[in-house]
Amino acid sequence: MKVLVVDDEHDVRLLFEQKFRKEIKSGEMNFSFAYSGQEALDYLRKSDQGAVLILSDINMPGMSGLELLKKIREESPAPPPMVMMITAYGDQQNRDSAKQLGADDFLTKPVDFNELKTKLKSVV
Amino acid sequence: MNFELILAIIIAAYLRKSFQTKKEFPKWYNILSIIFYGGIVLLVLNITVGRWTSVTRWLGHALMLYLIYILFVEDVFKKAKSILIAIAPFVLLSLLKDVSALINITQFKVWKNLIDTALGFSVIWMFIMWIITNKQRKELEKERIKTKHEEEQKILVESMNDQLEIQVRERTKEITQQKEELEHTLDELKSAQAQLIQAEKMASLGQLTAGIAHEIQNPLNFVNNFSELNKEMLEELKDEIAKPAAQRDDGLGNELIADLISNSEKINYHGKRADNIVKSMLQHSRASSGTKELTDINALCDEYLRLAFHGTRAKDKSFNSGMESVFDPSLDAGDDGSGKIKIVPQDIGRVLLNLLTNAFYEVNEKRKKEMPGYQPMVKIKTRRCDNNVEIEVSDNGRGIPEEIRKKIFQPFFTTKPTGEGTGLGLSLSYDIINAHNGQISVASVPGESTTFKIILPTS
Repeated sequence: MKVLVVDDEHDVRLLFEQKFRKEIKSGEMNFSFAYSGQEALDYLRKSDQGAVLILSDINMPGMSGLELLKKIREESPAPPPMVMMITAYGDQQNRDSAKQLGADDFLTKPVDFNELKTKLKSVV
Repeated sequence: MNFELILAIIIAAYLRKSFQTKKEFPKWYNILSIIFYGGIVLLVLNITVGRWTSVTRWLGHALMLYLIYILFVEDVFKKAKSILIAIAPFVLLSLLKDVSALINITQFKVWKNLIDTALGFSVIWMFIMWIITNKQRKELEKERIKTKHEEEQKILVESMNDQLEIQVRERTKEITQQKEELEHTLDELKSAQAQLIQAEKMASLGQLTAGIAHEIQNPLNFVNNFSELNKEMLEELKDEIAKPAAQRDDGLGNELIADLISNSEKINYHGKRADNIVKSMLQHSRASSGTKELTDINALCDEYLRLAFHGTRAKDKSFNSGMESVFDPSLDAGDDGSGKIKIVPQDIGRVLLNLLTNAFYEVNEKRKKEMPGYQPMVKIKTRRCDNNVEIEVSDNGRGIPEEIRKKIFQPFFTTKPTGEGTGLGLSLSYDIINAHNGQISVASVPGESTTFKIILPTS
């Protein structure tokens, strides 16, 4: 499963690579990383780089996660990817906005990686 | 005509009047009155009764001799001694003439011309003395009037001085009272100013609470996540070590150890990051020590850029903006701290916070106008320039019209709606930069961009 992680914090990559070491080694999961909304959009627009699941932070400079979500849904790549929003702001307004824009799930930081792992495996 | 009688009448009248004898010396008034009126009677007799001529002449001598005597002896008439000098030659010569005629008529005829000539001179002398005395008297009178006037002036001046002194004392008292009141007001103003500065600091800090929370939350998440990962990896490593040597995967073991080391460093790094943010927050809320410290200006700029961004974001969830930082590597602290510059970090932090919060506010206001293709952007740039450091904060917001640009550093001037700005941010920033012997300036293209430039000396 191709997963695109979008977060302006570069160290997120290390966390995913270590937490999903076995899954990455076995080829069960393939993680790509983008450090801004625009970078993620550019990545997705390349047809051969399609991701099944997108994990995106909301609070990013430039294009926010919600704006990215809106653009992804507007551009509707086929098949439409699953989008999980992750943010430090766990307030209802962000949750509602994310749901309205078509988010499939919502996670609040600090991410419980065991829970995330279970969710990802259920998608697989 | 008996001149001596006329002279006696004139002198008696003069002494009686000039020395105010009627009021001051009644005895002399009476005596002089007798001489005066007696002289007139004798003069009338001298003119009208031929037989009395000799008698009146001798009585005239007697009156004149008596007048000479009192002028010479009496202290009352001391001031009139010049009259004595004037009349003495005439009176004595006149007496000498009559005495000579009485004693030896033959000899008298020999001397008569000589005595008459001397009498003539004595009359001239008398007139000269009269003129001189009169002149002196006038001058003395003039001097007396002048002295009197001066005395009056002196009294007036003294009186005015006294009055002035009273006024000065009263005014001094009033001024002292006003000074005390002003000092009291100044103390109150200083106290109010300090409270305002603190309120402004706390307001800006309050606006950033959510931003600060986010900035602390992120590194704490990493600390938690990396430490959980380490625990899992240590268990994995323990399991690996517990395996028989033949089944062990040395490559995995080494990989886990390398990750453990890397994660520990990351835990340390993010712990310090959170620690720095908390310290900055505390420094910001605390009254400035005013002490300059060696500071990593790039790190300070980066920190406040993020804080201002998240602070604005926390207030308005729809807000977003691009951020760009261009830092001069020569200003990075480096391992030996050589890139640091001497500033009061909490004060410069406040300036950066003000400028950056304003910049994000401006781009957000422009964004709300929904101009097509508009990409909000806030940039911060540092540059070492000889013995100075330049910090530029720019935004592509609404810009500042020229008439407003002139006022932005004035206290309490704000263009923000009521409740959104104290109007003290830029004014305090200006004071802080001045206190660092630096400069702050603004350049703006209305509707397009604004750039604040700070120049700080490096030492």
